[in-house]
Amino acid sequence: MNLMLPDSGLLFWMTIIFAIVFVLLAKFGFPVITGMVEKRTKRIDAAIGAAREAEERLQGLTAEHERMLAEARAEQARILQEAAAERDRMIAQAKVQAQEEAGKIMEETKARIAEERDAALRDVRREVAVLAVSIAEKVVRADMSSDKRQLELIDSLVEETYDAS
Amino acid sequence: MKWLRIILPALLLSLSLPISAADEDGGKVDVAHMLFGHIGDSYGWHITEWNGRHVTIPLPCIVRSSSGWHVFMSSRIEHGAEYEGLFIADEGRYADKIVERGEGGEYIRPFDISITKNVASLMFSSILLVVLVLSCARWYRRNDASEKAPGGFTGLVEMLVMMVHDDLIKDSVGPEYRKYAPYLLTAFFFIFLNNLLGIVPFFPGGANVTGNIAVTLVLALCTFLAVNLFGNRHYWKEILWPDVPIFLKFPLPIMQAIEIFGMFTKPFSLMVRLFANIMAGHAMILGLVSVIFVTAKLGPVINGSMTFVTMLFGVFMDCLELLVAFIQAYVFTMLSAVFIGLSRQEEHHAAEGEETERRICKQ
Repeated sequence: MNLMLPDSGLLFWMTIIFAIVFVLLAKFGFPVITGMVEKRTKRIDAAIGAAREAEERLQGLTAEHERMLAEARAEQARILQEAAAERDRMIAQAKVQAQEEAGKIMEETKARIAEERDAALRDVRREVAVLAVSIAEKVVRADMSSDKRQLELIDSLVEETYDAS
Repeated sequence: MKWLRIILPALLLSLSLPISAADEDGGKVDVAHMLFGHIGDSYGWHITEWNGRHVTIPLPCIVRSSSGWHVFMSSRIEHGAEYEGLFIADEGRYADKIVERGEGGEYIRPFDISITKNVASLMFSSILLVVLVLSCARWYRRNDASEKAPGGFTGLVEMLVMMVHDDLIKDSVGPEYRKYAPYLLTAFFFIFLNNLLGIVPFFPGGANVTGNIAVTLVLALCTFLAVNLFGNRHYWKEILWPDVPIFLKFPLPIMQAIEIFGMFTKPFSLMVRLFANIMAGHAMILGLVSVIFVTAKLGPVINGSMTFVTMLFGVFMDCLELLVAFIQAYVFTMLSAVFIGLSRQEEHHAAEGEETERRICKQ
């Protein structure tokens, strides 16, 4: 028996069988499997890419969020600072205004006092004048006969005047 | 359970084939006949012997002799019987083959395309392979594979397919691997399944299909065609006008002769490697099991101890053969892929390779 001599019958059948197997598997078998697996691989790759992108975006969002928070804090601090400054400014202004007002009132008071004094002085003067005139009238009206009598009259008049005033 | 699975085949193997060998020839063990009877081909599928009767599945014989076509079952020509002038030769050049007698009494071999044991086994394994792979492919048609991965047997097949596809074919063939992937995958699974079925010691396995030169010849021929039919310009230039000093290729085409010789030695090595590995594996296991029956006459002590040792070796050999079944399928596919890859290589790739080589050498 020669093992190294291929048998014609087996050769014939092997060629036919292998050709049929090859055609069937190459057409309906392996391309389906490899194609599907490759499709799945692509899909998995895409999913991983999408996940990475989402993660990156999420990280971006977190950063954005933090940035906004910091901004808000800065804004808050600024507003508070501004409010304090405004308050100080208002107080200072109020003080200045109050001082001004007080000064004005003082001025007015002083002016009024001076006015009143003037008015009083004027009244006094007028009084004095009236008094003098009335005295003079009385003097004229009285009997100017004797000196003694004159003197008495003057004294009584002066006395009267003082009492009246 | 795991051990049982390995030991059981060895046990059955030891029970079936060699007993028949031992009974013939008056109790003398004809190991060589049994061994070559298994490794070679036969017209019927001998399964076992039961109560002194051979249990053989008859297979159809299809023969075209000088008197025309003959189709009959192999049971008609068993044990030297003659049917329509055809019988199995018992000696000479055509021993164990169907022959007819010529005018001078000499044996004439007719055109014989019988469904022999190997052909039947080949048909069985091919149907099994097609059914297995197509049933897996059906899963992919029915389910959207981009949604989920298959489990169970389909998952196993997918793992094997993608291992061969990605590790072997993509890496070895190069950018145009898509065109060759179906052939290489078919070759891998065809060889692998037949190797595995060859290790199974009982029907319908046990035939020495991939350990037959005709089978490996067809497989190697397919690779030869895949390499040479689709080889590109660069491939043919390398053969017909290689990059060597001019006196090596003109006027005497020394290099061309070597290259053309190489075209045929590559598939030839594929053919012989697979055939020899599987055939030797079968012969080794059968030889080991035969030791039990050869030592039967030497007394119970020697026979018992030899049986024990043989069983150990048998288990070892069966495990080794499982490994070889995979490795040989892998090697055949890988070398085919490499040969195809070489025939599709572009010129600048070779230059690039040389450059990298030079760079590596400098480092």
